[in-house]
Amino acid sequence: MALEITEPRPMGKPIKRKEDARLVRGQGHYLDDIKLPGMLYLALTRSPYAHARIKRIDTTRAKALPGVHLVLTGEDLAKLNLSWMPTLAGDKQMVLATGKVLFQYQEVAAVVAESRALAEDGAQLVEVEYEPLPVVVDPFRALEPGAPVLREDREEASNRIFHWEVGDQAETDAALRNSAVVVKERIRMPRVHPAPLEPCGCIADYNAARAHLTWYVTSQAPHAHRTVLAMVAGLPEHKIHVISPDIGGGFGNKVPVFPGYVAAIVASLSLNRPVKWVEARTENLTSTNFARDYHMEVQLGADRQGRVTALRVTTLADHGAFDAAADPTKFPAGLFSIVTGSYDFPVAYAEVDGVYTNKAPGGVAYRCSFRVTEASFLIERAMNTLALKLQLDPAELRFRNFIPSERFPYRSPLGWTYDSGNYAATLQKALDMLDYPALRREQAERRARGELMGIGISTFTEIVGAGPSNTFDILGIKMFDSCEIRVHPTGKVIARLGTRHQGQGHETTFAQVIAEELGLTTDDVIVEEGDTDTAPYGLGTYASRSTPTAGGAAALAARRVRDKARKIAAHLLEVRDTEVEWDGERFTAAGAPDRAVGMSEVALAAYTNLPAGMEPGLEATYYYDPPNLTFPNGAYVAVVDIDKGTGAVKVRRFVAVDDCGTVINPMVVDGQIHGGLTEGFAIAFMQEIAFDEEGNCLAPNFMDYLVPTAVETPHWETGRTVTPSPHHPIGAKGVGESPNVGSPAAFANAVVDALGHLGVTNIDIPLFPWKVWEVLRQHGVTE
Amino acid sequence: MRIAVTINGKPMSADVEPRTLLAYLIRDEFNLTGTHVGCDTTSCGACTVLMDGTPVKSCTVLAVQADGTEVMTVEGLEHNGQLHPLQQGFWESHGLQCGFCTPGMLMTTYALLQRNPDPSETTIRRAISGNLCRCTGYQNIVTAVQYAAPLVREARTLTTEVGE
Ligand code: FES
Ligand code: FES
Repeated sequence: MALEITEPRPMGKPIKRKEDARLVRGQGHYLDDIKLPGMLYLALTRSPYAHARIKRIDTTRAKALPGVHLVLTGEDLAKLNLSWMPTLAGDKQMVLATGKVLFQYQEVAAVVAESRALAEDGAQLVEVEYEPLPVVVDPFRALEPGAPVLREDREEASNRIFHWEVGDQAETDAALRNSAVVVKERIRMPRVHPAPLEPCGCIADYNAARAHLTWYVTSQAPHAHRTVLAMVAGLPEHKIHVISPDIGGGFGNKVPVFPGYVAAIVASLSLNRPVKWVEARTENLTSTNFARDYHMEVQLGADRQGRVTALRVTTLADHGAFDAAADPTKFPAGLFSIVTGSYDFPVAYAEVDGVYTNKAPGGVAYRCSFRVTEASFLIERAMNTLALKLQLDPAELRFRNFIPSERFPYRSPLGWTYDSGNYAATLQKALDMLDYPALRREQAERRARGELMGIGISTFTEIVGAGPSNTFDILGIKMFDSCEIRVHPTGKVIARLGTRHQGQGHETTFAQVIAEELGLTTDDVIVEEGDTDTAPYGLGTYASRSTPTAGGAAALAARRVRDKARKIAAHLLEVRDTEVEWDGERFTAAGAPDRAVGMSEVALAAYTNLPAGMEPGLEATYYYDPPNLTFPNGAYVAVVDIDKGTGAVKVRRFVAVDDCGTVINPMVVDGQIHGGLTEGFAIAFMQEIAFDEEGNCLAPNFMDYLVPTAVETPHWETGRTVTPSPHHPIGAKGVGESPNVGSPAAFANAVVDALGHLGVTNIDIPLFPWKVWEVLRQHGVTE
Repeated sequence: MRIAVTINGKPMSADVEPRTLLAYLIRDEFNLTGTHVGCDTTSCGACTVLMDGTPVKSCTVLAVQADGTEVMTVEGLEHNGQLHPLQQGFWESHGLQCGFCTPGMLMTTYALLQRNPDPSETTIRRAISGNLCRCTGYQNIVTAVQYAAPLVREARTLTTEVGE
């Protein structure tokens, strides 16, 4: 059970979360809880068509509605040069449509009124005349000759956004030709949505007298958003104050800037009043950022013993109408090149083509470090197909191909240097937790009786913690992160970081890191994030980067504080600096451990009794630029039973053994794993943002976009191996995304494993019962 | 329209439009922002409150329907500065992460323990199946309710004894 926050030496312990004191009382302070005097509300008019020319917009009736203060269209924004905005991926996106609309639910007009309801009424009264255009939904069709070119604003007369490739194509092809076995598979990772429980929103509060904008926003990256805003809107950066209040889940959804944000800011600037925009769930699912939508083709070569020889991947990435991904600038396909996974491939080649279609924009890293989920899903699925082809146990196949622990740091054929790992031990632990041989025996017995039971394995490696500034930037801003620590005279601490948590528990875990370094308790340290006026600059929380980057900064800033504290301690103990020792909680005089001072005595002295000539105060700031990324890994095993009557899949057991390096708080880590597995389960079995051929979104709400409830969510069994990152200040690697990255393949592999004896090697996720039933029917095994 | 509601034991009244939803009455008029809104199809349960003791999704009840009723929200759980056992349980068991679903979860499980003070895991999972959580995977929420159940039973026995 959880430990109290006053526990000494808190590192690695299940300390109770500090943020929960307010959250269990319903006293969280989320965006929509903020009410400012004189605040107006904004609602958006959206397109019913996926592709249409706008012939006319008539705002007369909306403007005439009592209580409406302002109606904005794309033409109004064009006068301010704001009808388009840059995306974090270096593309641009319409704020309010001009000329034509490119996806269903696209933002066409904004109405600002006295109340939420009146703004909605006004938005309904905006009349728009459309002339429908041919719609491109299928990304393959988008590249065919003769396909309508969707983006008329670009010079290129094509729907291709980018072509990206990595690795040695010629060598890979040669190796595949010379391989004893080559398996091919088409693997699709459908469009899904992060759907945090709190939708996105903002309040723009412009004060003309001060020429100052306060912008409250559901932002995972407040500093980056402030800079983008300064660049786009031309407001001086120091006169923009971004406040990201408590966030009700993010999962990547709250990284980009959305048209509603820009419209609210323009409205506040023109009305000199605070303007709130909060999206409804339908708006969230239809317009603010999907994830995945990767159509992949893989060729995997091996020798007769199952040792892998080469990997080749070709991918079509559907980005929708605008490339609104938030990938680091040099990585249009994110970190997809982690696709060789945990295996020692001599050679590999991957290519990705991004295309435009008439769908909502995005391509965000949904609980994923930039396309790592797609890569992991692909390689783990392909390894399953190889095992089937070779009639080799999938666990044994993995043991034969793991990068051996003594090969770290390991240079992958696609250019990454993996920091550490002990893959065989991690998998062995998972197999032991389940008694894997017994399960295989049971499966054989059941199969003999005609029952369908499957065991699916996924042994993924992630790449997180972007990142080293020589490689990683977003719109030119380097992806370091930061921490500032102030120790007050009574030994109490306020720490501020450039990240912004959304439920991950930073107020507790970063306090643990700092308390451990300073010999204090978690209770002694307040962690603040999300306020650009007070926190040091940082790039925010996504891509499992907080612990690898800001967590490193926190430890190193604390060590800076401790270095100064040591000098003050020497003064108090009346010994030389070199004669002071740190025992983890106190400074002692060397050889005389009973002569000791703690951090609070030192802190008081920093303001009251300093060594001669020393600068007063006790604080430090650290901007941490990590030397490398971190590479968490895990071994996940799913055990499923398939109902032959309905095609329904029951997950009987799921074991997740994670290795995220040093663990700061095991309770929080397990919580992250539970949550991510549940999202992975949903992606494998029930979620897809699908479209009909006219581009109508078929999953625009929680009735059609299924979020698992407590009833169908499996019971999760977690385990751990600990292989610290050698380059991280406390050896931690980050964990929030591993379960979402690693689990979909375990589920899919389990279902395919149950049907492997029938010759099935692949079924596209989501594995809806009807889809599985159809496969059963084709093989004549329905009941 | 003028309506009168007792919220967390306090009589309150307000002028509302006929279309105003109970969730917004609670949040915008009475400034009790613990009740959250997470969807527009009655799916998520973040807005769950008790109306005359029964959990309702306040996004799907008109404010006027609540006229004359007793409404309890998350803000009504703490008693004399003492967290309700469920609030303690959620905190102890890491039953929340972002906290957005938590008020709704607390109200639903509060009603559950009122009618069934010793629920099985299956019963708990069924009871909260109208409340979505995107963060926790539910497992620790189940543990939280199991933590609270005996404490609630104990408190009840005590009250009964004192009452006798
Ligand atoms: S807000 Fe989702 S059910 Fe009420
Ligand atoms: S804790 Fe975030 S939705 Fe439940």
